[in-house]
Amino acid sequence: MTSGLPVPSQVGHAGISSLIMDPECSQLLPALCSVLADPRQPVADDTCLEKLLDWFKTITEAGSSLLLLQENPCLLGLLCHVLKPQDLSPRVLSFSLRLAGMLAAQEDCFQYLQQGELLPRLFGEAGPLGGAAWTAPSVRSGWIQGLRSLARHPSALCFLADCGAVDTIFSLQGDSSLFVASAAGQLLVHILGLSLQGPAEGHPGLQTGDWPVCAQKIVSHIEESLRSAATPQITQALNVLTTTFGHCHDPWTQVLWGRLSPLVACLLEKDPVPAAHSLVDLLLSVARSPVLSSSSSGLWETLAQTLSHLSPTQAGPLALGILKLQECPQVLRAQAFAVLLQPLTCVLEATAQAPGLLDSLDGTGGASVTVDTLLPSKAACVGLLCRTLAHLELLQPLPQRPSPWPQAPLLGATVTILRLCSGSATPTSDAGGHLCAFLVGCVRVQRAALDFLGTLSQGTGPRELVTQVFAVLLEYLTSPDSSPTVLKKAFQATFRWLQSSPETPGCSDLDPHAHLFLRELLPVLPKRLCSPCWEVRDSGLEFLTQMIGRWGGQAGFRRALLASEVPELTEQLLRDPESYVRASAVAAMGQLSSQGLRVTPASPEHPGGQQKSLLAELLHILSTDSEGFPRRAVMHVFTQWLRDGHADVAGDTERFVARVLQVASQDLDWEVRAQGLELALVFLEQTLGRPSSHCPYAVTPPVAAPPSSLAQALRPLCRVQLFEFAFRALFDCDRPVAQKSCDLLLFLRAQTASYGGPQGSGSVPEVASVEAALQRWQAGDQGQPLGYLEPEVVVAVLRSMDLEGLRGALAESSDRVEKSPQSLLQDVLATVGALGEDEADCY
Amino acid sequence: MKLYCLSGHPTLPCNVLKFKSTTIMLDCGLDMTSTLNFLPLPLVQSPRLSNLPGWSLKDGNAFLDKELKECSGHVFVDSVPEFCLPETELIDLSTVDVILISNYHCMMALPYITEHTGFTGTVYATEPTVQIGRLLMEELVNFIERVPKAQSASLWKNKDIQRLLPSPLKDAVEVSTWRRCYTMQEVNSALSKIQLVGYSQKIPMDQASLKNSDVLVLTGLTQIPTANPDGMVGEFCSNLALTVRNGGNVLVPCYPSGVIYDLLECLYQYIDSAGLSNIPFYFISPVANSSLEFSQIFAEWLCHNKQTKVYLPEPPFPHAELIQTNKLKHYPSLHGDFSSDFRQPCVVFTGHPSLRFGDVVHFMELWGKSSLNTVIFTEPDFSYLEALAPYQPLAMKCIYCPIDTRLNFIQVSKLLKEVQPLHVVCPEQYTQPPPAQSHRMDLMIDCQPPAMSYRRAEVLALPFKRRYEKIEIMPELADSLVPMEIKPGISLATVSAVLHTKDNKHVLQPPPRPTQPTGGKKRKRASDDIPDCKVLKPLLSGSIPVEQFVQALEKHGFSDIKVEDTAKGHIVLLQEAETLIQIEEDSTHIICDNDEMLRVRLRDLVLKFLQKF
Repeated sequence: MTSGLPVPSQVGHAGISSLIMDPECSQLLPALCSVLADPRQPVADDTCLEKLLDWFKTITEAGSSLLLLQENPCLLGLLCHVLKPQDLSPRVLSFSLRLAGMLAAQEDCFQYLQQGELLPRLFGEAGPLGGAAWTAPSVRSGWIQGLRSLARHPSALCFLADCGAVDTIFSLQGDSSLFVASAAGQLLVHILGLSLQGPAEGHPGLQTGDWPVCAQKIVSHIEESLRSAATPQITQALNVLTTTFGHCHDPWTQVLWGRLSPLVACLLEKDPVPAAHSLVDLLLSVARSPVLSSSSSGLWETLAQTLSHLSPTQAGPLALGILKLQECPQVLRAQAFAVLLQPLTCVLEATAQAPGLLDSLDGTGGASVTVDTLLPSKAACVGLLCRTLAHLELLQPLPQRPSPWPQAPLLGATVTILRLCSGSATPTSDAGGHLCAFLVGCVRVQRAALDFLGTLSQGTGPRELVTQVFAVLLEYLTSPDSSPTVLKKAFQATFRWLQSSPETPGCSDLDPHAHLFLRELLPVLPKRLCSPCWEVRDSGLEFLTQMIGRWGGQAGFRRALLASEVPELTEQLLRDPESYVRASAVAAMGQLSSQGLRVTPASPEHPGGQQKSLLAELLHILSTDSEGFPRRAVMHVFTQWLRDGHADVAGDTERFVARVLQVASQDLDWEVRAQGLELALVFLEQTLGRPSSHCPYAVTPPVAAPPSSLAQALRPLCRVQLFEFAFRALFDCDRPVAQKSCDLLLFLRAQTASYGGPQGSGSVPEVASVEAALQRWQAGDQGQPLGYLEPEVVVAVLRSMDLEGLRGALAESSDRVEKSPQSLLQDVLATVGALGEDEADCY
Repeated sequence: MKLYCLSGHPTLPCNVLKFKSTTIMLDCGLDMTSTLNFLPLPLVQSPRLSNLPGWSLKDGNAFLDKELKECSGHVFVDSVPEFCLPETELIDLSTVDVILISNYHCMMALPYITEHTGFTGTVYATEPTVQIGRLLMEELVNFIERVPKAQSASLWKNKDIQRLLPSPLKDAVEVSTWRRCYTMQEVNSALSKIQLVGYSQKIPMDQASLKNSDVLVLTGLTQIPTANPDGMVGEFCSNLALTVRNGGNVLVPCYPSGVIYDLLECLYQYIDSAGLSNIPFYFISPVANSSLEFSQIFAEWLCHNKQTKVYLPEPPFPHAELIQTNKLKHYPSLHGDFSSDFRQPCVVFTGHPSLRFGDVVHFMELWGKSSLNTVIFTEPDFSYLEALAPYQPLAMKCIYCPIDTRLNFIQVSKLLKEVQPLHVVCPEQYTQPPPAQSHRMDLMIDCQPPAMSYRRAEVLALPFKRRYEKIEIMPELADSLVPMEIKPGISLATVSAVLHTKDNKHVLQPPPRPTQPTGGKKRKRASDDIPDCKVLKPLLSGSIPVEQFVQALEKHGFSDIKVEDTAKGHIVLLQEAETLIQIEEDSTHIICDNDEMLRVRLRDLVLKFLQKF
């Protein structure tokens, strides 16, 4: 099988070889190779081949490929074998090509493979390239990826030139498989870069004529493509250039662009401009390249020209790209911004807004072009508006955004779009009428506009416009036609606007304006909370929670909220059939209760009856709810209550913590148990008298705790059975819980150390029995409770445990065993039955 | 082809299509909005209604105070409610051959058309249409007949007096033609004339059959184009829940069939989530029971989703389960069992949506005084403000959630794009945006050529002409024909016959034998003539191959022949004979200078190249 190849000598490599591949894998490898080489044993799973390649990649990156080949001749055997005419599956062929490329990436291994003429036979005309297997896209893709890995050194370049691979790559640029076509383009970029790196370290001649043949060939091909009348070819050329300039900022790119930019500029003279998207990408890539943007004189003119030649839909991304550039002439920025704003100008014109708004938006005479784009079809109109709004939203927070930022006209246009969508705007022209007909009820535009409106809350606006903003938001929040997603966005935008509305000086309440709005909004909220659509109820509750969190302490808001039906309805939603809604209701009730906004009237269901306390109600949810979300929400609320010293908790904190930990420890949802540890930590900090630090696990010099002795300090923790909970969590089957518990116990141990002294001795038999129990727990038998533990026992157990070791073990990923290469090889072999029956994995 | 438009109501159409001698009525909807001008008929004596002050003219003249009563600034006729019928004078209804009913809403005027007009034709409708239509009619008759009203006001209808009345009475149209409700006997008689159309019988129920139609008559689109039914159902549920949670009652004025099924279905899914499981739902109608049962048995007429449920052991509509679990209870009337079961707070579905008759009148009187209660309007047929007018002042909350699932304008524009009719005919209301939303150009029919609009009592000449007619040939005449094949597969024969036309049927009969002219007797009138059957000249066909024709001419001794090509054919010039033969596709002319002999010779030569039959 390896005829023609010199027998490698293994002398002196024994020590290194063990680093390359462990012996178990080496043993399995021949079997794997023969399975792969056998067409009768199809490898069912592509992903395992990918994993194998990943593994080989790690090996070849870490050590010598030549050694690998020498130690495992079966690999070479496989590569030779696939060349024989046979019915081999395309995926194995593709795998072999990629493996060969990977191995040949190292020059010595490349030379070794060259000696046996293996590479030309794999990648040359004689290989799969000419055969029937070439029809499979995976083989073509493997061929390209193989060459991509191989092309690392000058010898590879000669090889590529000799075997005529570059011409094949040219043709693969137009491959029917998009993956192949794109990979071919990438490979060209790579080869170009490699050939120009050269031994002389990046100083190729200033003339492309001095360039290596390979590079010249590629450049000529690009030129030819750019001159072509066929758009796909132009696109290919532009994409290659875009990638090149995006990745490489060597001086030669400057020479290349100098030569090709006139051809690119010629594209603009065609009508319509071919491959406009790719052209935009290229120009932006050039503009972003530090080498090119500083040197090429005509770049800004080309960009300006492109902006004016492209249709508004195509010009939008270019305009955004220009505005995001760090360095760019002011005139071009102004032009780009005008292009970006054109669609909004049209909207304002169509509804004849105040001329003042228009002036500041309209920079060019391009609006009529935009009208033509906006109006022929609904799809074009909706698409352009959505993109424009999204572009502006991206631009708004950037430091390099245009200044002055036309906040007022943008607000005006966005409000108008929203009103056109709801049918409440009155168009004043035919164009406006059409626009209205297109936009009425269009959810896509509504969502985009509401998102942008929310972003605009970062700035200020004239009072009357802000009034309009609140009016349109109220219209959306009230309208029965608002779809759930639109409504959610409307709630979000509303909260952002309320948040940004100026506070009245002196009293930190909402400003009167927002207050007025709130008075109108609060009657709407109950209806939303009663919506048959759970998404609506959910976003209503989320909004409410945000509102209480922000203004719950302020008198005006409190009065308005208490006068509404909202608090009562929220409480009823704790029993909603949808778990997301229950979770949101729990969060909202937690907030309401924290702020003292919970009302307890006699509800129709319990007239005059004793109302359950919220704490009891939440505990009930925690212990009985069938879904995880509400239970997690309860744990969050409880943790917050404990932290804030909520009245219901402060009365008997120990009882509260004991109850919650007891319920949480039995929860099936790991997040609930993890949150239980969070709550335990808060309690622990409070008990030990440490102020809640921002980073509870930070190693800081322990501060002496108020309780005089350690035992006294730990007793409350023992009473609430915190240790039982934490120890149980330590051996939790879910790693995050165990990690969290480990951290908690480490923290606690550090704390106890500050008390010093051998207080933790305890009675030995008791410590031993706890340790025995813990060992059983670790083994998976968690049936037996620990019962009440004395502080001394706890301290002794803590000190005797190897928590650091446990933390290290937990830090390793849980699938480390399953991901080992050995297990991978076994899996592949097992699937084709090549391993003995008794050795096969039994899932 | 003519279209007689007997109703101006866009969703309650009544059009008559006359084509040749066939007269077809398309739907016969009954406009009940006229009842809004009348005082409600209380099922239980209402002191408030009976004590309303009589209306008097500005000058204090009170001669109408028995007929007209005033309530919160509105004037109502105190009489049995009357309906605005389709036009009866525009066309003689006895000539209507067929009435096609498309749905139960559009058949409520049927007894007025089929009874007492001399109508002798047939009515076609599907089974669910007839059954549910019957329920609606039965309920209507029941509502009105069970509250007998002694008085029947007519004085106010006098044109001179009507002019003096306040709006909207002053502006009510055709009040003289308004009629009281029909009787059950008339309903039964009308329904007996209906011929049921089975599912998928004759007319496949798909849009493809409408494609490329000559004229599309478009009626019955949504009445509330700005309200999306899904949003409105949500609004309905939310408001219902809010009211009930606060201890209030909810009143839903509705028809006994239709949207109520959807509302119940939505509530079925909603009541548990809203914590309303303990709230009773009452459905009160003389036909409540039949309606709930009928809805479950016409599965093949339901949407696909519902059809599939028939194969499962569950009914298509979930209200059956609501009934089983006692959450929904139904009663024929508020008298009887209902009064003992009645528990508040509750939700009551009952008719009539006009709030002028039916059990709803009682609930309006009962619950109107408390702001805890809510009335939710879901039927789009009546203006809710007008419906509420005789109950003012009203403390109860009013919510307007019109649920109209008829086609909206977006759907219509899609339909028109697919069907591509040559012409569209529609009520004039659809050709402009609704008055309250004059900027909404999307809320009108936009098509090319523009839709032809109609209004009540208009007659439209439809732009439809047939260019071909089907003609039958009598067997003995057919026997006498001798077809000649002129192209493979195409044979021609000449026919001489008498065309006999009657009832839009055309028959070719053999011509009478030529009678031997009886000597000396002259015919009196030319119009009595039986067509003369002279010996007919044969008909010619085929084309003249110019080259062969020239050769033939040469053979026959003509020389010096020149051929010129023209736009339409050829000119053959016989220079020596100073003669010109003009050969064109459909004619040949021989132009020679008074040489008849030569012309005949040439003609015969030409004829040799043509086929004769």
